[in-house]
Amino acid sequence: MAILSLATRKTLTLGLNSTRLTQSCALRTFSLPELPYDYGALEPAISGEIMQLHHQKHHQTYISNYNKALEQLHEAIQKGDSSTVAKLQSAIKFNGGGHINHSIFWQNLAPIREGGGEPPKGSLGWAIDTNFGSLESLIQKINAEGAALQGSGWVWLGLDKELKQLVIETTANQDPLVTKGAHLVPLLGIDVWEHAYYLQYKNVRPDYLKNIWKVINWKYANGVYEKESA
Amino acid sequence: MACHLLLTDFTLPLKSPKLSHSRQQRKGRSNGSRKVSTTVAYYGLKTPPYNLDGLEPYMSKRALEVHWGVRHRGFVEDLNRQLRKSDILYGYTMDELVKTTFNNGNPLPEFNNVAEAWNHDFFWESMQPGGGDMPKLGLLGQIEKDFGSFTNFREKFVETALSLFGSGWVWLVLKRQDKRLAVVKTSNSINPIVWEGIPILNLDMWEHAYYLDYKNDKAKYVSMFMNHLVSWNAATVRLACAEAFVNLGEPKILIA
Repeated sequence: MAILSLATRKTLTLGLNSTRLTQSCALRTFSLPELPYDYGALEPAISGEIMQLHHQKHHQTYISNYNKALEQLHEAIQKGDSSTVAKLQSAIKFNGGGHINHSIFWQNLAPIREGGGEPPKGSLGWAIDTNFGSLESLIQKINAEGAALQGSGWVWLGLDKELKQLVIETTANQDPLVTKGAHLVPLLGIDVWEHAYYLQYKNVRPDYLKNIWKVINWKYANGVYEKESA
Repeated sequence: MACHLLLTDFTLPLKSPKLSHSRQQRKGRSNGSRKVSTTVAYYGLKTPPYNLDGLEPYMSKRALEVHWGVRHRGFVEDLNRQLRKSDILYGYTMDELVKTTFNNGNPLPEFNNVAEAWNHDFFWESMQPGGGDMPKLGLLGQIEKDFGSFTNFREKFVETALSLFGSGWVWLVLKRQDKRLAVVKTSNSINPIVWEGIPILNLDMWEHAYYLDYKNDKAKYVSMFMNHLVSWNAATVRLACAEAFVNLGEPKILIA
């Protein structure tokens, strides 16, 4: 009789395990978001050639590698392989960060005829004047930080939700803004990796930074600001 | 200036005799000529040992004109501009300047410029027209000893180059303590000499190094470098020099 009950218990546990497995099997993969404008629509600030490579090659590669890393992570978690889980963290941060950052970036830009470059109105414009004195002063600070960044990275205008303040931050490589502070929300990000400007501006990153403001989509930034500071 | 103060404290831990020598020099000069002396350029831009179109079609003349003529030149000029304001750093060799300004991982403002100047000098000389193929004799022997085979080494070099996140360099380096060759990757402008490694070859994996010729196709760039550009002659000479500092073989002890 004891053997019988043992067997029943085993079957029960097995059943439970497989349910858990099926539930955790759903792995969401990511795909390249479409640009809300043509590749050439941001000229002459950013060339169509750069936009196409940046979107179709660079962003796509981050997404492909992110999906791959997530799949490997999923497998490792199921196997209880902690050392692989730990090893995959940097690939996830890099490729996942690349996907996050570029997804924000495409929305940070807009063709001039669709409002690109138009100064922020509404509460964000007011907050900028309060925090930085003027839009020009903010742009100057962001450009200085962006130009001084050594290597690859991003320069951000962010909202610190805790301190209820606007901040300018830089992140290295593809680190998302949240790695600089859990309460930071990105409003605007400017990609200062060389692939973002080299074909057009060569070494002169400051020229790229000067010109990108002509196609910055302040409407998007204002929208995020109003939503997050509510 | 903050970095000036930092450097004054360096006189104690730095055992380099060069430092005391250059300080004496400065003392002599300061007694009269300081006010009228104008700064001289401390470092010059070395030209690569080939014409700018010499690496075509694997690295275009246009790429070299921008990479060497503008970017590398910019590092040298910016470095000299920084050195104009610093008494302490005057008179250093480039090697010493890289190590000093690295400051054990807390780099001084001059580090980026001098390290990139160093890295790029080394890079142009790590390539040659008609490069590629395989190393020979002693260098090949050492590679086979430390990597198993040339193919293994090549795979490791390519894999390391392609797995670099962000900007940086890939190196074939001789490790002093381990007395063996290794492939390492460094971020941004870091150079293995700061860890007392002896570089044998390097490859620039910053995007600006390949973007004009290969756009985002890193793999093709690295492959072209290995097949057609890498100078095993330069690597051989460097390894021979390195053997003056690192004993790679078993010493022959004569038994009387």
